[in-house]
Amino acid sequence: MATRTQFENSNEVGVFSKLTNSYCLIAVGGSENFYSAFEAELGDVIPMAHTTIAGNRIIGRMTAGNRRGLLVPTQTTDQELMHIRNSLPDSVQIKRVEETLSALGNVICCNDYVALVHPDIERETEEIIADTLGVEVFRQTIAGNVLVGSYCALSNQGGLVHPQTSVQDQEELSSLLQVPIVAGTVNRGSSVVGAGIVVNDWLAVAGLDTTAPELSVLESIFKLQDNQPNAINTNLRDTLIETYS
Amino acid sequence: MEFTKIPDYTQNAHNGAATILCSNCGVPMDGSTGLVMCYDCIKLTTDITKNIPKEANISFCRNCERFLQPPTQWMRAELESRELLAICLRRLKGINKEVRLVDASFIWTEPHSRRIRLKLTVQGEAMANTIVQQSFEVEFVVIAMQCPDCAKSYTTNTWRAAVQIRQKVQHKRTFLYLEQLILKHNAHVDTISIKESKDGLDFYYGQRNSAVKMLDFLNAAVPIKSRKSEELISIDTHSGSSSYKFTFSVEIAPVCRDDLVVLPKKVARSLGNISRLVLCSKVTNMLQFLDFKTLQTSDLLANTYWKAPFASLADVSELTDFIILNVEPVGVSRGKYVLADITCAREVDLGVNDREFYIRSHLGGILHPGDTAAGYYLVNSNYNSQLWDELVDNDSKDLAEVVLVKKKYERKSKKSKNRAWKLKRMAREHNEITADDNNSRSAKQEYAKAERDYEIFLQELEEDKELRETVNLYKDREAEQRLQTVDEDGEIDIDDDEDTPVIDVDELLDELDDMTLDG
Repeated sequence: MATRTQFENSNEVGVFSKLTNSYCLIAVGGSENFYSAFEAELGDVIPMAHTTIAGNRIIGRMTAGNRRGLLVPTQTTDQELMHIRNSLPDSVQIKRVEETLSALGNVICCNDYVALVHPDIERETEEIIADTLGVEVFRQTIAGNVLVGSYCALSNQGGLVHPQTSVQDQEELSSLLQVPIVAGTVNRGSSVVGAGIVVNDWLAVAGLDTTAPELSVLESIFKLQDNQPNAINTNLRDTLIETYS
Repeated sequence: MEFTKIPDYTQNAHNGAATILCSNCGVPMDGSTGLVMCYDCIKLTTDITKNIPKEANISFCRNCERFLQPPTQWMRAELESRELLAICLRRLKGINKEVRLVDASFIWTEPHSRRIRLKLTVQGEAMANTIVQQSFEVEFVVIAMQCPDCAKSYTTNTWRAAVQIRQKVQHKRTFLYLEQLILKHNAHVDTISIKESKDGLDFYYGQRNSAVKMLDFLNAAVPIKSRKSEELISIDTHSGSSSYKFTFSVEIAPVCRDDLVVLPKKVARSLGNISRLVLCSKVTNMLQFLDFKTLQTSDLLANTYWKAPFASLADVSELTDFIILNVEPVGVSRGKYVLADITCAREVDLGVNDREFYIRSHLGGILHPGDTAAGYYLVNSNYNSQLWDELVDNDSKDLAEVVLVKKKYERKSKKSKNRAWKLKRMAREHNEITADDNNSRSAKQEYAKAERDYEIFLQELEEDKELRETVNLYKDREAEQRLQTVDEDGEIDIDDDEDTPVIDVDELLDELDDMTLDG
């Protein structure tokens, strides 16, 4: 299922929320519409937590996590940490990371098995990522960008990367991650795909500006509607006709 | 709207770059260009001209046919000219800010529609790294209004500076000549109005500088002295700015060409000890005096003249006609002047008495026995002049009895009508003297006098080549046609055998101003 929503007139959904297979973090906003959009889809399936990180609402960019764990930066207050601890299931391990690149969401991109990280990340952090999230860690860049978290959206089914990523790079990433990878855009042509959407194994939430063709790509690569990547061209046609008729 | 594609993205589609889908329509495209939308979608969704107004106004003065170039400049521009294009483009705000103007041209419109339409082509960045070229039309509404200059010219008493030219003499010859000089040198272009008043002309200007320019012109053309006076109109105590009206009072020396002059002793000494009784032979910004007995000439500078001004003894209105009886050249000549001993008699004395005068004159070259010449008859003249009295007291026996000034040519009465040339006249809108029946008798006399002065001036031009060179003469087409018809009728023979001076056709200019379209 892929849906579209907006956080206080901003399309950058991935900035204000963090979605994994076992929990969901949502920023504290002026309006509950954003929260409702998630709640409608997730309901009672996984726990959702309203929170801030170090007083900021950009929680999606500050944290990194998957089914097994959540990494938060050192600036996170004890109170916030306790609130998150209380909201998330006990199976989820929460860890503070002392890392100069404190926007962990921008420098780490992970699913439940593999993580791509910023090439300059500290050795200790790399170990913490591997231990806490239970993943294999690779230092990588995406289309020449070191902020892998910003330019890549990843689930256990597939991944969406920056539109300028070459075929060779896509194949390399695909073999590292062991999932299909496609280059594309979200939010009507935004190349910052990591910040533009949040995705887990059965749900993708994109910004309100995301067009029908972009949404079709998301659904097909993240296998959200039993679509295969090669079905883009056939199904896309129907969506297009629907959009422009 | 029309778009032009600039780069071709299909070129490097097979360089290993990934194919992405257009974010708008889903068509496959090359991802390496950095574009996230296909060109067709960019065309559809973006408008780089959205910040440029598609309609604008342009102010136009109906009277002087100039366009307003904000804030205050009014410029003359033809329709579809490059100046007008510049004015129009400057009215468009958004241009050259986000977009680059590539091409601009006029689309023809009916002039009466008061619309100017431009077709503009601009290039601009539509999205990141995408330059789009787009053509569009802009329509300008020409708003007719009156410019401040014209408004001023229609309002009385709006002049800023005035030049009042005066010459205290009986005739208008100097002014007629001055008029021609002004016309030839276009010195009148900035005038708001020209008024004729007693003894002279008033020129009115909108700017002080124009008046100063006129003053400079006069300084170079005639012997003048000028005085400046200013009148305070308003003052702003806060800004310290004030506005004035300036008046330049210009007086032209009352000594004219062909006037008989008695020089003051001091002046005569300083002019190379010239004889004191002289003729004024030429007036430019200097006065040239000719001693008719020795052919000695001297120039008197205007400012020297104005230090000790003197009036002329007699002017051309006092000329008497003389019949030349005998001419004996003395053998001295200078330029066109030939010194000669001439025997002459007054025209009125012929057949009455036998009074003859044996005099020395500078006109030996052009006078022949039997000719008529005009001259001053000093024998019975009674001049009210101190200088003259002084002269008579000192050396009365050497004093000339007759001073010949110029040769008189026989002119048929219709001669003036048959002139093949004419002069331009300045439009004097105010105080025009006309010979209407309604006008009083004195006005009629004034008119006749003006006509006579003008005729004398024309004759002078015919006789004096040097004078002629300083003014513009034009072909008179009407007169030409008139002459031809008369010739065919054979009634009047134009070619009389007199040596009446006739101006060569080569010296005449075609009149461009009133050439008709079919002409």
